[in-house]
Amino acid sequence: MLTQVSLEHILLLSAALFTIGILAVITKRHAVVVLMGIELIFNAANLNLVAFSRHDPQLIQGQLFSLFVILVAAAEAAVALAIVLRVYQHFKTANLNQIVSKEG
Amino acid sequence: MLFYIFAAIAVLSGAYMVLTRNLLYAGFSLLLTLLSVAAIYVLLFADFVAVTQLMVYIGGVLVLILFGIMLSSRVHDKSVMSENTNVGWGITISLLTLIGLSYTIWQAGFSSLPWIQQAGTDVLAGQKSTVQLIGVKLMTDFVLPFEIASLLLLIALMGAAYIATDKQKV
Repeated sequence: MLTQVSLEHILLLSAALFTIGILAVITKRHAVVVLMGIELIFNAANLNLVAFSRHDPQLIQGQLFSLFVILVAAAEAAVALAIVLRVYQHFKTANLNQIVSKEG
Repeated sequence: MLFYIFAAIAVLSGAYMVLTRNLLYAGFSLLLTLLSVAAIYVLLFADFVAVTQLMVYIGGVLVLILFGIMLSSRVHDKSVMSENTNVGWGITISLLTLIGLSYTIWQAGFSSLPWIQQAGTDVLAGQKSTVQLIGVKLMTDFVLPFEIASLLLLIALMGAAYIATDKQKV
């Protein structure tokens, strides 16, 4: 009964999450919130991979790919937050617009 | 039915993440979104991916993000609030993206693709858990990406530690 979720509905959910991530990346000024938007985009992509992996006759290639995506996302988040911390120590702000205007 | 409940939670808390101005509220609503996406993974026969999502995203990335919020803003003053910028353009672009993606998904008719029809609804329904399958695949077909991933993690660890150290104090 639980398995009857159609593929299109999962893809639509993933499209909605992707859109929310895009919106966060475009409209937010704080660097950390932009990172959260990027994480949402990664999640949307993972949802697609897992959804198609359910029908994969060669068994769970999509799930393996989504595992690697999660791994790369974790590495990206660590490095990006380290950069944000350095930028905050240097400019005394994590606001992207102020950083751009300070650098000229 | 459960899928739609979790999907609604994911979308609503994601929307709240964008709408709220408080960084901490945004972080915790991201937590809710990630949790419900993990629940959806379980419903899609991806139990190992769901557990990895819990451990890596919620146990790792989200804690890192909360640390980032606390270290890059003073909680008591205004800098924990995040202003918006480019709101008009952002809403326009994301609405266009949503409409375009939904139209494409609607028109593509993925459910009637031959290989999906051939595979039936659920290839994995016979499996009790995907852990053994993933382990075997990682050690056979995917052993090269697996090793490269470990190298990438090492590089990211060293790079993050190097970037975050305070060079003036050393």
